[in-house]
Amino acid sequence: MQIIKDTTIVNNSWKFIADDEDLSAGDITVSLARWQQDREALIAHSGNVGLRLKSNDNVADFADDLAHIKLIELNFADFADGRSFSQAWLLRGRFNYQDEIRAVGHYLPEQVFYLSRVGVNAYATDKPTDLALIMNNLNDFTVKYQASIN
Amino acid sequence: MYQYTENDQTLIDERVAQFKRQTENYFKGELTEDEYRALRLRNGVYIQTHAPLLRVAGPYGLLNSKQVRKLAHIARTYDKNYCHFTTRQNIQFNWPKLELVPEILAELATVQMHAIQTSGNCMRNTTSDHLAGVAVDEIADPRPYCEIIRQWTTLHPEFDYLPRKFKIAVSGALNDRAATQFHDIGLHLVKNAEGEVGFKVFVGGGLGRTPIIGLVIKPFLEQKHLLSYLEAILRIYNLFGRRDNKYKARIKILVKETGLDKFTKLVDAEWEYLRADNELSAERVEAMQAHFASPAYDVKADSDTTFAEHKANDKAFATWLAHNTAEHKVPGYSAVFISLKAPDMPPGDITDVQLDAVADLADEYSFGEVRATHRQNLILADVKQADLYTVWQKLAALQLATPNIGTATDMICCPGLDFCSLANAGSIGVAKEINEALDDLDYIHDIGDLKINMSGCMNGCAHQSVGHIGILGVDKKGAEWYQITLGGSSENNAAIGERLGPAVAKHEITEAITTILDVYIKNRLEDETFLAAVNRLGITPFKERVYANN
Repeated sequence: MQIIKDTTIVNNSWKFIADDEDLSAGDITVSLARWQQDREALIAHSGNVGLRLKSNDNVADFADDLAHIKLIELNFADFADGRSFSQAWLLRGRFNYQDEIRAVGHYLPEQVFYLSRVGVNAYATDKPTDLALIMNNLNDFTVKYQASIN
Repeated sequence: MYQYTENDQTLIDERVAQFKRQTENYFKGELTEDEYRALRLRNGVYIQTHAPLLRVAGPYGLLNSKQVRKLAHIARTYDKNYCHFTTRQNIQFNWPKLELVPEILAELATVQMHAIQTSGNCMRNTTSDHLAGVAVDEIADPRPYCEIIRQWTTLHPEFDYLPRKFKIAVSGALNDRAATQFHDIGLHLVKNAEGEVGFKVFVGGGLGRTPIIGLVIKPFLEQKHLLSYLEAILRIYNLFGRRDNKYKARIKILVKETGLDKFTKLVDAEWEYLRADNELSAERVEAMQAHFASPAYDVKADSDTTFAEHKANDKAFATWLAHNTAEHKVPGYSAVFISLKAPDMPPGDITDVQLDAVADLADEYSFGEVRATHRQNLILADVKQADLYTVWQKLAALQLATPNIGTATDMICCPGLDFCSLANAGSIGVAKEINEALDDLDYIHDIGDLKINMSGCMNGCAHQSVGHIGILGVDKKGAEWYQITLGGSSENNAAIGERLGPAVAKHEITEAITTILDVYIKNRLEDETFLAAVNRLGITPFKERVYANN
């Protein structure tokens, strides 16, 4: 699968491990619950480890662990649930998280300009045709009225 | 008023291009109904009973004559020759074609207008006092702060998908004319002991299904902290506001369920992180204030004598003056209300011909500006007394001088069942019937200050719960019934109206209203207003008469 990262189309190397699945080799993301439950094993994992957040996860709950976390996926169950936007802002603005923040799930390519402004820098999609649309829409506006992350 | 910079213009032009693409993609089937709905709402487009409705932003109610002419042009070209002013100082078109909306928005952009965030679960148009800058009871002009807030809220990347809609109102005067205590955030400009301007911040007010009076969360917020404090409130709301039930998703429910103390602690904790880095500079405020500097008033305006002669000799003029003008801070000037409550027009509606004529009047007599009020009328804010007689005659010829501002026939009314897909009952027709029953101006003027607000459903777009008399349309087994409340107020003494009794049938509502007015006239003390009488008497005497035959 291809994704967009930092305005470039790249191959995705990460795999999400469901809570009832065994950990597998390579770069993996897990839920916050799994992270909290298997924290030591995950820190010892040979590949990179990331988190896939639900919109109601509290980013302050794992802020102390951010050094171990190389990717945070904001998983949209519903594109209209705007909590993910504040999660991204808090990760960047409050907790100074520097690694990848990726939008996954049911967000809209029409939302990527806002997502980029709150600190999201990568976009996954199930529809390969959306890649070009996302690339285009990241440039929807050349001006802005207020401070945010970008 | 505020003039766009190149950046402002670029932003709205880019927004038009974005919405054009979204609309094209929707028609190509690349966006689902649900997805497009969220996007079109954020561009002011509702789908109503008959056609799309386009709600255009009137930033804190201010329009210039060029913009008014553009509204007339749009009404003529894309609609049925009229538009509608709303209770939030916006403008609605009832009959545009969806595929032409991007074209209409492009036309609006040529006169620095847009429809951004006029609907949807996002931060809406900031509203304010319609007498801002000219009121005699003003502490400070709220408009520069409104514009700063307008810019901050517009296309805010983090807060565009809130749990529910979010409305901010600002008042700069001793008397609240902007219903600030019924907004998600209400801001009162106040001065501290040192004479510095700051904000008394109210949170969690709102109308709709669960009317709640806003609570004071910060008695004095320094000017420099305005945006960081708003950001703190919005972030807490965005993260913790309920998303499981849209009827419990407004911030008023979050504040109520959390409790003001705990909510305040959450906001203050968030604000602690933000306040140092996001200060609003005094220079930025001053630069914005320059946009709202007073126009070049004629210093000899109060030396005119013709005004007093006309007033003494023409009773109809004197009556209009008494009701449709307001005192102005500059001697020799008045603010003139343009009544959009003529007996035969739906409240708040205005035709293309009238709009063009109002634009001409604004250019000739009021420095080219027009304002929309939250009671669905217009204002020429800066008219010289010497010109009042002529302005009155011209307005009268346009059916825009009904001397009823602040009286029983100056009703607030939503579009109701005639246009709105949410409504349970008609409101325009009932307003017309009540108007016809109260067609004696002497009687209306004898009743005096009275605010009747009528909504066609529980969503309460016409603010019925804060009407001195509130009328709420309800559906009873497919029939239209009306629930009456008494004693509501959106002013300083904010109050939610008390229910009079069971709903009355459509054919009984007009008589119920005239009966209520009759009880008032029979029981009032000298100079006692309707609202004061209801507060003194309670609802019992009204209830007994209205339900006497049941």
